[in-house]
Amino acid sequence: MKTMTYKKKYVSTTNACKLCTPLGAALAFRGIEGAVPFLHGSQGCATYMRRYIISHFNEPIDIASSSLGEKNAIYGGGPNLKLGLTNVINKFQPSLVGIATTCLTETIGDDVPMFLHQFRQEASGGPLPHMVNVSTPSYSGTHMEGFHGAVRAVVDALATGGATTETVNLLPGFVSPADIRYLEEVMGDFALPATILPDLSETLDGPALRQYDMIPGGGTPIAAIKAMGRSQASIEFGRTVAEPLSSGLLLNERFRVPCTRLGLPMGLRETDRFFHELEAISGRPTPRRHALERGRYVDGCVDGHKYVFGKRAIVYGEEDLVVGLTAMLAEIGVKPVLCASGGKSGRLAQAITAVTSDLLAAPPVVREGMDFFEIAEEAEALAPDLLVGHSKGYPLARKLAIPLIRAGFPIHDRLGGQRILHLGYRGAQQLFDRIANALIEQKQDSSSVGYSYM
Amino acid sequence: MEAAIYTERTEQIFRTGGEKKFELVCDKESLAGAVSQRACVFCGSRVVLYPIADALHLVHGPIGCAVYTWDIRGALSSGPELHRLSFSTDLQERDVIFGGEQKLYQALVELIDRHSPKAAFVYSTCIVGLIGDDLEAVCKRVSAEKSIPVLPVQSEGFKGNKRAGYAAACKAMGRLVGTGDTSSISKYSINILGDFNLAGEIWLVREYFAKMGIEVVANITGDGRVADIQRAHGAALNVVQCSGATMDLARMMEERYGIPNLRVSYFGIEDMAESLYAVADFFQDEEILARTRQLVAEEVGSLQQELADYREALTGKKAAIYVGGAFKAFSLIKAFRLLGMEVVMVGSQTGTREDYEELAAICDPGTIIVDDSNPLELSTFLKEKEVDIFVGGVKERPIAYKLGVAFCDHNHERKEILAGFSGMRNFAREVYGSVMSPVWRFVPRKAS
Repeated sequence: MKTMTYKKKYVSTTNACKLCTPLGAALAFRGIEGAVPFLHGSQGCATYMRRYIISHFNEPIDIASSSLGEKNAIYGGGPNLKLGLTNVINKFQPSLVGIATTCLTETIGDDVPMFLHQFRQEASGGPLPHMVNVSTPSYSGTHMEGFHGAVRAVVDALATGGATTETVNLLPGFVSPADIRYLEEVMGDFALPATILPDLSETLDGPALRQYDMIPGGGTPIAAIKAMGRSQASIEFGRTVAEPLSSGLLLNERFRVPCTRLGLPMGLRETDRFFHELEAISGRPTPRRHALERGRYVDGCVDGHKYVFGKRAIVYGEEDLVVGLTAMLAEIGVKPVLCASGGKSGRLAQAITAVTSDLLAAPPVVREGMDFFEIAEEAEALAPDLLVGHSKGYPLARKLAIPLIRAGFPIHDRLGGQRILHLGYRGAQQLFDRIANALIEQKQDSSSVGYSYM
Repeated sequence: MEAAIYTERTEQIFRTGGEKKFELVCDKESLAGAVSQRACVFCGSRVVLYPIADALHLVHGPIGCAVYTWDIRGALSSGPELHRLSFSTDLQERDVIFGGEQKLYQALVELIDRHSPKAAFVYSTCIVGLIGDDLEAVCKRVSAEKSIPVLPVQSEGFKGNKRAGYAAACKAMGRLVGTGDTSSISKYSINILGDFNLAGEIWLVREYFAKMGIEVVANITGDGRVADIQRAHGAALNVVQCSGATMDLARMMEERYGIPNLRVSYFGIEDMAESLYAVADFFQDEEILARTRQLVAEEVGSLQQELADYREALTGKKAAIYVGGAFKAFSLIKAFRLLGMEVVMVGSQTGTREDYEELAAICDPGTIIVDDSNPLELSTFLKEKEVDIFVGGVKERPIAYKLGVAFCDHNHERKEILAGFSGMRNFAREVYGSVMSPVWRFVPRKAS
């Protein structure tokens, strides 16, 4: 395997392939029922992130802010944090406030746990919502560390032990609302009660409303999170998630809930691993409709294999998504030539080897800590046929005049980013069709004949 | 209804037409915990300077500030597109501890060597203000080494709101002005300030001025060029739109070079025509005035029929406006009236007391005037006033759509020209195209 540790070639970053830590935390908190994400920092952070998230989901997302000004930066942000909490609690009546720090408050050294302790002591009467804080300095890690950190902070604060239940904890990582709905369906079909944390399926993809909900409906119920320590098992997706960020491992250490850590169920074999796990836990075979979906997917791969074989793909984005996409591409005969991420888990190359080594004659180049300038630079020599990743790769796809298969977050230049299904046999089928059709379309459009059959 | 209003914010909301005399508090720091639609100082600087297309825009800070402003505005360039790239020093923990000056220096040198920009703007972010990097010194050093202007923009996010960012941007541009050769500039010449060439608007406005026989020296900043800004002090007049963003620069140029300024707006037929006449009047030249009359007559004439058709369909519909700066609100109110529509709510992120007083004076009784609002309030107002279309930016869009209210993006992301005479046609089309869509019949708000 090439370059496990990629030394950054440049000092500057151009067109980053990552987002900042608190954004991930805000997204994770948004997936909890009755929760309000709250950024402890200057007003701009919350506003920028809201704008960025809105442009993908086309949904309102309220992220409160302690709106620190110059005085607070000097004397500390405690008073504003408390005032902000008071206002959020009075106005939103949340069941949970998820407080993420920012580079500003981390640098001035605000002690958020202490402020929260004081806030609880000073509070007069009335029940307080859960207040969960996570340290997310934007100069450390990416939005994925923020996301996993926030999930873990919630589990850490809320989960309790006790008599074991039938429930299975499912920790999917940052996947689309459509993906979560799919997972709910799969768990239901296995007759396994599931707690999926976080659950963005409704909170960031809700119906048209008569009343503007201060807090959108849906999300993982607090009671379910509390019960996670009593579940019969946990399944956690993400081959590159570091142990200290793993909620599944935390539940295992603290409450002895067995934890299986898998890759995102993308493509055939990563999905098989997930279904095998569900078979083992439930003690029943894969329900017929999912077995049929698997069969149809294999059938679809056969139908379309010629159109994709040997095509050279650049895959980029969050590390775990890149692992899942690369696994899927290698299975269908596409040649991943570059797997890139702005993240730096140190595990990307290993994870990609694990899912592709028996399929690829030559391992792809795997690079962590990359930006789009470097991806574009590498692309020149790689002669890719397609890009697979979020919409920020569009300028490169345009420059190279090759198709961009949109996946992941953000999708800022198309409708329906929140409805893209990536997971399972069904998601793989949809992804396969989109890839094959993009290649077919390109050939058709550039042909002088204008074929009307493939 | 009242439950949606924070007690601390009641003074930032005013309803016209009542017994109460106009009173509205603004220019306050946003209330902690309220979900303000405002951004920060950095955002203000970044959006103003962003369209200068041949400059390098390096954000000195952690990655977020740069990545959320990557290609953020549809500010078009007729030439170089360096402004569309997102450059960052991507500060890491060790930089925060040991200081980021060395990294900034290296990044600047690397990027200037790579892109050969005509100037570089270096934006300070929250964290840089805290760790105490000496931006000025690094910029000075690189400027000497690379022989281009390298300008620090003191835009630490927490040091105020967007308006403070506008001032910081103007201060940085102020250092460019006055360094170029002005010898060939006509006496009938202007700078266009406060148009950002969204969807190509400044090209349209420049075309009008060209037809009038007026030379445009510098676009500040839409489709902007460093060399033009350097010789902007050779223009006879500064024509300033979006007063909040570039007024500081106009004031500075008035003090330093005696260049007077005119406040204009290019939105809507009335304001567009008035703006052109005001510029023509300034030059006191019969030929220019004659050409202006002809231009306005032709342009307005070509619009009449189409606008009349839209007016017929839209008369009586209700509009709500929430924009960044208040100047745009005035023009939008007039534009909606031209379409026979009623404005029932108007607000801005950073309006001044004078802005709001004037708005209250021109609005119909019962109109809600609001400063620094939030989704909760905005959604309450939309429902209370049974609004048919909401005009705002990206952050306001989902509030409208979720409630089944039509929406018009009058901010960064639009792709159609809304300025100028033909912009009024596009605006009418867009309002019509959203308000008249059959989809509103099926939203819960309307479905019985």
